[in-house]
Amino acid sequence: MIRRLLLTVWLAAVAAATALAFQPPAAQSEYVPVKDLPPVDQLPAAPLLVAAYSFIWLVAMFYLWTIWRRLGKVETEMRALEQRRSHSRR
Amino acid sequence: MFLKTALLVLRKDFAIEVKSREILYTTLLFALSCVLVFSIAFVKEGEPLEDAAAGILWIAIEFAGTLALGRTFERERYGETLRALLLAPASRAAIYVGKMLGIVVLLVICELLLVPLVALLFRSRLFAAPALLVGLLLAGTLGFAVVGSLFAAMLVRARTRDVMLPILLYPMTVPLMIAGVRGTVALTQSPVDQTSAVMWIVLLLCMDTVFLVLALWTFEPLMTE
Amino acid sequence: MKKAFLPLLLLTTAMFAYAPVVIAHADYESTMGLVQKVMYFHAPSGMVMLISAVVCGVASALFLWKKDPAADRVAIAAAELTALFGLIVLVTGPLWARKAWGVWWVWEARLTMSFVGWLIAVGYLFVRKYGGPGSDKLGAALAVFGTANVPFIYVSVNIWRTMHPMTTVVPTLQAGMRGAFWFSALTLFLLYGLLLTARVHLERQRAALDQLYLSEED
Repeated sequence: MIRRLLLTVWLAAVAAATALAFQPPAAQSEYVPVKDLPPVDQLPAAPLLVAAYSFIWLVAMFYLWTIWRRLGKVETEMRALEQRRSHSRR
Repeated sequence: MFLKTALLVLRKDFAIEVKSREILYTTLLFALSCVLVFSIAFVKEGEPLEDAAAGILWIAIEFAGTLALGRTFERERYGETLRALLLAPASRAAIYVGKMLGIVVLLVICELLLVPLVALLFRSRLFAAPALLVGLLLAGTLGFAVVGSLFAAMLVRARTRDVMLPILLYPMTVPLMIAGVRGTVALTQSPVDQTSAVMWIVLLLCMDTVFLVLALWTFEPLMTE
Repeated sequence: MKKAFLPLLLLTTAMFAYAPVVIAHADYESTMGLVQKVMYFHAPSGMVMLISAVVCGVASALFLWKKDPAADRVAIAAAELTALFGLIVLVTGPLWARKAWGVWWVWEARLTMSFVGWLIAVGYLFVRKYGGPGSDKLGAALAVFGTANVPFIYVSVNIWRTMHPMTTVVPTLQAGMRGAFWFSALTLFLLYGLLLTARVHLERQRAALDQLYLSEED
């Protein structure tokens, strides 16, 4: 009973300490204007361009691969069918 | 002859419906449930979102219409009457027009209930220009029925018809919905934006013409087996 | 015809690999800077998507009225490629828009109708796969309706003035950008032609296989 109580108090203390530690930083008291956005905040265009180009590569290659795979399946079946036919003819 | 056949098909559907009223009641109730769900989703602290009424009205028409289409052609399939219809010495296009008119009538009856309900529940000034509203609703409903009847007829024999109908119908009717909603929004403005509303009605009628011509062309080769 | 396939494929791959060099040498656009260079892939992909939709529609119409099975094969191949190039357009566009317009997407006429066009192409593929018997005719009718959408997509940017560049941009490209644009466009057109040929070949082989099965049953 006492042990359970002590455990509860200890856990509560840990939770409170954690909550206090993660306090948000003090709010701004005044704004500072600036003419241009610093380069690090501007959205970089290069990743978008590269992403667009790579996407087309990937999609085109994937599609060609699916055609090749499907064609392979059809041709295997055709060969199997041809073989069965030539066997049954004999 | 063409019109006579179409009206005959319409009368047949009407006669069957009057007996049981099954499709009418179920469609009406479904439309009502739609509006209820939307009212929960689009109302904030008791106040409806601005212009929500226009969107909700047209979505309810679209959803209820999809259901009605499915049910109407399901009835044909169940009774095997579709084959009988196709065997009849009547122009296929006339049969299509007859079924399409049936859907239009059904949806118009739904709209007679939906429009006042939406206006009431969402406190929308839908009746500020009633003539234009009627024109807009008729043009949009006609377009929806034209495309929907064709697709529903095509899908009658498909296994996955219940889910394929919305998949095919909704993208195709997006232009109609856009025109309908934007036209309705124009009609609910404080001074009614008549020019915009008329522009959207004209656009709807153009789309209806294109869809109707395409549907009449494709119905014949489609329903031939 | 068959023999030309592999060399042409290699040529197209080489052109596509070389394209970034050509594009890097092209002039920058004054307001958008580097990100505008996505246009060299985005606009030709859009052109290919619309062309493919028309090819699909025409082939479908031929299939519906003339019952030509070859037309049906072209239709399904063109529909797959419409979905493919439509996907490229719908991905490269937002990548460009994120920087140029500040948002990934905007519900304006051309974007919405392109998305709808893509959904119709995907719907066609679903119908062919899951539609059951008679799905070829069904899909063909859908394709015919979808083609009616195409002129609307093209013309929409001129009627409704929105953020998307108008159709006058491409014909009036300056010398600094024209070369790069048409090089990329040629590459993508070649790619389209090759993929279409390959896909139609697959359909033809499938039809031949079906014929073999049918003749075996006799």
